[in-house]
Amino acid sequence: MLSLLIWLPILGGAVVLWTGRDNADRARWSALAVAGLTLILGLVLWFGFETGVAGMQFVERAPWIESFGIEYYLGVDGISMPLVVLTAFSTLLVVIAAWEVVRYKPAQYLAAFLIMEGIMIGVFSALDALLFYVFFEAMLIPMFLIIGIWGGPNRIYATLKFFLYTFLGSVMMLVALIYLRGQAGSFAIEDFYGLGLPFAAQVLIFLAFLAAFAVKVPMFPVHTWLPDAHVEAPTGGSVILAAITLKIGGYGFLRFSLPIAPEASMALDWLLIGLSLIAVVYIGLVAMVQEDLKKLIAYSSIAHMGFVTLAFFLIFRIVAGEGTRDGALLALEGGLVQMISHGFVSAAMFLCVGVLYDRMHTRRIADYGGGANRMPVFAGLFVFFAMANAGLPGTSGFVGEFMVILASFQAGFWYAAIAGLTLILGAAYSLWMIKRVVYGQVRNTQVDELRDINARERLLLGSLVGVVLFFGVYPAPLINVMAPSLEALLGIVMPAL
Amino acid sequence: MNFEMPQFAMAAPEIWLGVMVCVVLIADLFDRSQQSRLAFFLTQLTLLGAIGLALYTHWGVERAITFNGMYVSDSLAAVLKVTVAGLSMVTLGYSRDYLRQRDLLKGEFYLLALIANLGMFVMASASSLLVLYVGLEMLSLSLYAMVAFDRDSRIGAEAAMKYFVLGALSSGMMLYGMSMIYGASGSLLIDTIASHAAAGDNLLLMAFGMTFALVGVAFKFGAAPFHMWLPDVYQGAPTSATAFLGTAPKIAALALFLRLLVDGLGDLHDQWQAMAVLLAVGSLAVGNLFALVQTNFKRMLAYSTISHIGFLFLGLIAGTPEGYSAALFYAISYGIMASGAFGMIILLSRRGFEAEMIDDMRGLNDRHSGFALVMLLLMFSMTGIPGTVGFYAKWLVLQSLIDTGMIWLAVVAVVFAVIGAFYYLRVLKAVYFDRLESPVPIEAPAGQRVIVALNGGAILLLGLFPDRLIEICRIALGL
Repeated sequence: MLSLLIWLPILGGAVVLWTGRDNADRARWSALAVAGLTLILGLVLWFGFETGVAGMQFVERAPWIESFGIEYYLGVDGISMPLVVLTAFSTLLVVIAAWEVVRYKPAQYLAAFLIMEGIMIGVFSALDALLFYVFFEAMLIPMFLIIGIWGGPNRIYATLKFFLYTFLGSVMMLVALIYLRGQAGSFAIEDFYGLGLPFAAQVLIFLAFLAAFAVKVPMFPVHTWLPDAHVEAPTGGSVILAAITLKIGGYGFLRFSLPIAPEASMALDWLLIGLSLIAVVYIGLVAMVQEDLKKLIAYSSIAHMGFVTLAFFLIFRIVAGEGTRDGALLALEGGLVQMISHGFVSAAMFLCVGVLYDRMHTRRIADYGGGANRMPVFAGLFVFFAMANAGLPGTSGFVGEFMVILASFQAGFWYAAIAGLTLILGAAYSLWMIKRVVYGQVRNTQVDELRDINARERLLLGSLVGVVLFFGVYPAPLINVMAPSLEALLGIVMPAL
Repeated sequence: MNFEMPQFAMAAPEIWLGVMVCVVLIADLFDRSQQSRLAFFLTQLTLLGAIGLALYTHWGVERAITFNGMYVSDSLAAVLKVTVAGLSMVTLGYSRDYLRQRDLLKGEFYLLALIANLGMFVMASASSLLVLYVGLEMLSLSLYAMVAFDRDSRIGAEAAMKYFVLGALSSGMMLYGMSMIYGASGSLLIDTIASHAAAGDNLLLMAFGMTFALVGVAFKFGAAPFHMWLPDVYQGAPTSATAFLGTAPKIAALALFLRLLVDGLGDLHDQWQAMAVLLAVGSLAVGNLFALVQTNFKRMLAYSTISHIGFLFLGLIAGTPEGYSAALFYAISYGIMASGAFGMIILLSRRGFEAEMIDDMRGLNDRHSGFALVMLLLMFSMTGIPGTVGFYAKWLVLQSLIDTGMIWLAVVAVVFAVIGAFYYLRVLKAVYFDRLESPVPIEAPAGQRVIVALNGGAILLLGLFPDRLIEICRIALGL
């Protein structure tokens, strides 16, 4: 079942590449079919997923490289399940969003995204460390091409920076994984847990994982590739980058850093907390002064992800302050909900920018103004997503942030206070951007000629509104899925309690 | 020495090659087609036969020695020979149209390739210093001639001259080292040398000889600081010769290393390890850093070869059978990648135009998306990105290093791998991101298209299912 989810889009991508070589329409329809089918499969998986079970489900095991005992070992638990569905959903959006917009080699564009989808689902469901690494690295190939081929004017600089940053981070992780195999005797991730490694080794392993995941998240100060990549990437590339690849960093912390090197995580949590708080406050301020729409949203993504990593590494202080795991569980849940929610909201924001860019071919905030008069429907949706980004109650953005802030009070008042700043800063840059882009007088003849969004764009943004509202009002399904697995994770990280 | 009848059947691949060299030589004289078609097909047939014979006689049999201890037949020989002959077939297949367009299509090219193959086969099965040396010279002399094959090309003649002088120098070094080893052990037979090395007889003299032998091996590999000839030769030689020279002989160099320094002087591992570390790190540094600034694709590939040799040496440094099998896997996968890369140059070249600059790759995706895809696979494989065979090559080497506790060496290696990524990506930038005003479609003969597709397919297929090849490399090293 999981194999199907991984290989259907990858092989489908190859088919799209082949059939759509000189027929763009055929490429679009077949890509839509593949992406749609994958999402349906993902939903089947979601509804077949047994909540209340902490362990892995839909497990598949087959020998892969026998001489090293490496297996083709797949499975999902409550942590990865929502991310798998998020991936399938976002890719479908990207395929629809590209419909008539991408004119240069549409078959290659769509195939790259479908292959990317399969690889990302592979990342989330791989339970063998080498298999994970294979997917983790292979992800670079399609994204490198997506930014480089269909990107903006400075795309080559951006894509090289993206590739080299992430590659440097991940090779360090490879060294750590090989070392861990030497200790554990196999590459299965579960065997890496509870090895009781010496502290010095744990620290090095932790730092190696940090190199890989901090670049992906991205955390301050290795975040600089993200604004460049986002600005230059085509709309679809930005959506996937923001919605999924950043989440892989967060997922990596949960799956690798915390359970494999718990003592090092605890000893070095000041580092992660410090960097996360810098991301929340400083990057939030940086976002405020951006003049480029995409850059603003990119910085806002970094700030939001900083909030996620804050939640993940605050757990040690929460437990120290409170004495039980309840608060820590709340923080982890909040962080994960925030990741999912940010996946939807940031995807929506980038799609909105894509809608504007397709019409005006500029991303400068100053070029817009008064759009609401000409595009009332779009303006309404854009305002809604900006509010969700700021964490307005009733949207999914609020749920995660509220849970994390609530939990962080257990760690100490000041953590909560600074984390709470994210709400204020988020509201500040989102609202100010909205004011400048959609409200005010029409100052520009180009804006005057704007047409409102068509049915395809309505479908895209409308579906996202539905999801964001649903999880904002009723997040229980999400939390029920993830809670048992997160609880089990805490048991591994802090077995003493 | 008592005379005994050697078991000729064991040396069937070499005998077959030797006979066929004569057959091709004579057959070509009677071929009036001016295209040497007969020589081409006979050569390919010969190599195919050699693969079959090597598999039949060497694969999966007990290690056996004949010709008074000078010839060894084991699974390692089988793997080395099959790879050598297979890579030769691919590169000769690529070269055919290149040679025809430049009026170089003469039977002698194939003849030289066959003699070189015979030399490499002999090296792969050598169990005596003298046999090893004879095989090496048979290979080297053919290669010198192949580099100078375009006699009107001044740069080609210069390259051949350089190659010849430096090659002769390195052969001399190695011979000197071998004479010392002979002096220390009193025997040319590698097994006898090994038992003396294990006993620690004349350790100083042995180590002295070993140093020179290692220098000779490093020359043949092109490991820094003995790499100076490599970029000039790669650039100057006709691309068809470069393709041949850059692939199969690397396997032969590995054979040289395994037979001489592992089979023979494996117990002196402590002595040669430190030197090999210098060679490996030096090659990684020189190869990767110099490749960054190249604009000529052939030169860039030459420096990238040096860096790959550095990585291969890292596997040898580990000094375990796992490490040697990792190096073998690395050499095989490198051969597949390099033959593909030179094949791409040949594909893009036309009469009177060598597509040897990186800029000549511009807009390849618009010109032919299939070739662009193969180029993508090749470059990512050389970078070591999963999904391609190059990743497993690097992973196996790192695995053997870390298992023997050399973690910092592994970290150095991966850092250089990241530096190396940049110049491979630069090629892909030209292929995918640069667009041409009016892209000219590429016309390539069907035969070449098939080979390119097979080459790219092999990289991808081994990138998804590396298990078989890893297993084969492990069996070859007795694991």
